[in-house]
Amino acid sequence: MSSETGKILTTDGIPLEVSLKKAERKNKIKAFLLVAPLLLFLLITYIFPIGDMLMRSVDDKMVTEMLPKTFKSMEKWDGNEMPPEEVFEAFYLDFQKLVEEKRDGKLSTQLNYTKNGFKSILKKLRRKAKNFEEGNYKEQIMAVHKRWADVEYWRAIKRRAPAFTSAKYLKGMDMYKNEEGEIVSVEEDRRIHRVLWLRTLEIAFFVTLLCFLMAYPIAHLLATLPMKYSNLLMICVLLPFWTSLLVRTASWMILLQQQGVVNDFFVMIGLVADDNRPEMMYNKTGTYVAMTQILLPFMVLPLYSVMKTISPSLMRAGKSLGGTPFITFWKVYFPLTIPGIGAGCLLVFILAIGYYITPALVGGASGTLISNQIAFHMKSTLDWSFASAMGLMLLAGVLAIYWVYNKLVGIDNIKLG
Amino acid sequence: MALPKYTEPHYRIWHYVYIFICTCVFFFLIAPLFVIFPLSFNAEEFLSFSEGMKNLDPDAFSLRWYKDMIYGTKNPWGLAAKNSFIIAIFATLGSVLLGTVAALGLSSRHMPYKGLIMATLISPMIVPLIISGVAIFFFMAKAGLAATHTGIVLAHIILGTPFVVITVTATLSGFDHSVTRAASSLGSDPVNTFMKITLPLILPGVISGGLFAFVTSFDEVVVVLFLAGLENTTIPIQMWTGLREQLSPTILAVATCLIILSTLILVTAELLRRRSERLRGINR
Repeated sequence: MSSETGKILTTDGIPLEVSLKKAERKNKIKAFLLVAPLLLFLLITYIFPIGDMLMRSVDDKMVTEMLPKTFKSMEKWDGNEMPPEEVFEAFYLDFQKLVEEKRDGKLSTQLNYTKNGFKSILKKLRRKAKNFEEGNYKEQIMAVHKRWADVEYWRAIKRRAPAFTSAKYLKGMDMYKNEEGEIVSVEEDRRIHRVLWLRTLEIAFFVTLLCFLMAYPIAHLLATLPMKYSNLLMICVLLPFWTSLLVRTASWMILLQQQGVVNDFFVMIGLVADDNRPEMMYNKTGTYVAMTQILLPFMVLPLYSVMKTISPSLMRAGKSLGGTPFITFWKVYFPLTIPGIGAGCLLVFILAIGYYITPALVGGASGTLISNQIAFHMKSTLDWSFASAMGLMLLAGVLAIYWVYNKLVGIDNIKLG
Repeated sequence: MALPKYTEPHYRIWHYVYIFICTCVFFFLIAPLFVIFPLSFNAEEFLSFSEGMKNLDPDAFSLRWYKDMIYGTKNPWGLAAKNSFIIAIFATLGSVLLGTVAALGLSSRHMPYKGLIMATLISPMIVPLIISGVAIFFFMAKAGLAATHTGIVLAHIILGTPFVVITVTATLSGFDHSVTRAASSLGSDPVNTFMKITLPLILPGVISGGLFAFVTSFDEVVVVLFLAGLENTTIPIQMWTGLREQLSPTILAVATCLIILSTLILVTAELLRRRSERLRGINR
C-alpha cells in the first residue's frame, strides 16, 4: 500500500495532518493577535527608547559634526608633530562657521571634557580670529595662545573624531582613555562612581539580608498560625505593601529626625543624652532602616506562599523519627523553603539595587545610590548620555539577576499579594 | 499557638524568644504608619509630639492641617489630587484593557515564544524605575508628549500593565476552557463568549490587577518627576517636593488620607482574592 492512501482524510478530502496544521497555525495567529497590541505599545514606548538610551550613551557625533573639515584634513596627520597648515585652515573655517551659528560655546564645553583648558583658548581664538588675514593660519592660530602651539591639544581634538565612544561607560567606572589611548583609572580621590557602585551593592546586599532575617520568622508564624489569627497579622504585612512609598518614607523621616520619636525614646530611657542625639537620618543608617522596612513585604509574601504549602506532618514525622526540633527544622523544613528564599531574596535585591526615592530623601550624601547619580545627571548636569550609560550598566546587572530569577523561580510564578 | 505540656524548658524559652522576635518585626512593619495619625492632628507646627500631646491635652490637637490641606491659599493639593485621580483612572483603564487582552493570548497554549514575550511584557516591573523613567522621558520628549497628561497616562500604562498581565494570567491558569468550548458549540460567537462566560469568571483577577495598576499610577513619582510640568503636578510630586524642602504637618494630613485610601484598597483586594479563590475552587 502506498503512503498516499494510508493518510486519513477529513470530510473535505484534505489530509487530516494538513488540516490540523492549518487549524494550529490559525490558533497561533489568534493568540498572537491578542498579545500584539500590548507588545507593540511596549516596543514603541518602552523597549525602543531603551535602545535609544544605548545609542545616546555611545553617541559622540556632536563634535564630529561640528568640525567636519578639520577631521577630514586630520586623517592624514599622524599626530606626532604639529599638524600641517591645511588642518589649521580647516579648523579655522569650521570654527568661523560655528561662531556664525553661535555654536562655539558647545564646542568649547565638549572639547573641555576631553582636555581641560580648551574653554579659555577657544574664547581667545574667537576674539582674535575676527582680525585674521587670509592664508598662513597655522602661525596666526599658534600666536593666539601658547596652548594652540602645543601638539597635545591638537591630539585631543583628533580624539573626538569618531562618531561613537565608550568614554561614558569608562567614566561610569572612573576610567578614561589617556592620550596614548590606554584605559586607565582616575586618581584615587576622584573615584566617586566606583564608591557609588560598591555602596549600591553593599546596601542592596545588606538590605536583602536584613529583610530575609526579619521575614523568615514572621512568614513562618503566618504560615503556621490558624487562619483567623494569621489573616489579621497578614494585614500588618499587606497594609505597608499597599501604602504609598512616599508616605512610608515620610513616616521614617519623622521617626528618625534628631527631634524625632526614636531619638525622644532613646533620651527617655537614658540611652543617649538629650544634647547628644545621634544623627540617624541623612546617612546610611536612614537608608538601611527605611529601605528594609519598605522592602520587607516583598520578602514575606514569597516566603509565606512557599511555607504555606509545606505540610506540618513533615515536621511531626521528623520529630517522631527522633530529631530534635532544631534538627528537624534544619534538615526538613529549611530545605523546603529554599525556593521561597531564592525568590524573595532576588526580588528584594533587584528592587533595592535600583532604589531611588527613599535614598534620595533619607540618605543624605553618604546614603545615596547609583540611581540618585543617574537622576542627578538627568536633571542637574543634563549629561543625558552619561546618565544613559550609567542606567544601562545598572540595567545589565539587573537583567543578569532577573535571568537567574527566571531560571530558578520562573517568571510565571511571581505572586502578588 | 500553644505549646504542648511536655515541651522541655529550653524549647519553651526558645519559643517565647521566637514569638518576641515576630512581635518586634510586626511592630517594625506597622508602627511607622501609625506615627503619622496623631502627628497630623498636631496643633503646633512641629513634627514631634508636643508636651500637650503626650498629656492628651485636647488643646494640643486640632484639624488645622487638614483645613490647610483643603482650603489653604496657594496650596497645590487640590490640583494635585485632581490630576492624580484623572491620570490614575485613565492609566488603570488602559492597563486593564491592554493587559487583559494580552493575558488571554498568553494563556492560550498555542502562543508562540511564550517565555520571551512574557519576559518582555513583565519587563517594566523588573527594570529599575529610574531607568524606565529615563527611557520613557526620551520617548515622550521625542513624541512631544512631555509635560502633558497624555504622556503621563501612557507612561503609567507601561508601568501598570505587568501587574494586570500577571494577575489575569494567574486567574486564567485555573480556568476551565471547556466552558468556552461549550459556549461556542451552543452557537455563541467569540466576543459574546468572552463577555458572558470568560469575563465574569476572570473578573476578580482583572479587578485586582486593575487595583495594582491604580495604586502604581497613584503612587508613582520617579517617572512623573521626569515628565510632569507645573500643570501636571500630582500628589506624589507634591509630597516629594514637600519632603525635600520642608516637612510640614500638612503633608502628614495628606499622608493620613493616603493611608485611609490604601486601607480601603487593601480590603477590596483581599475580598477579591478570597472570592477568586472560592470561584476557582481553592479551599484552604
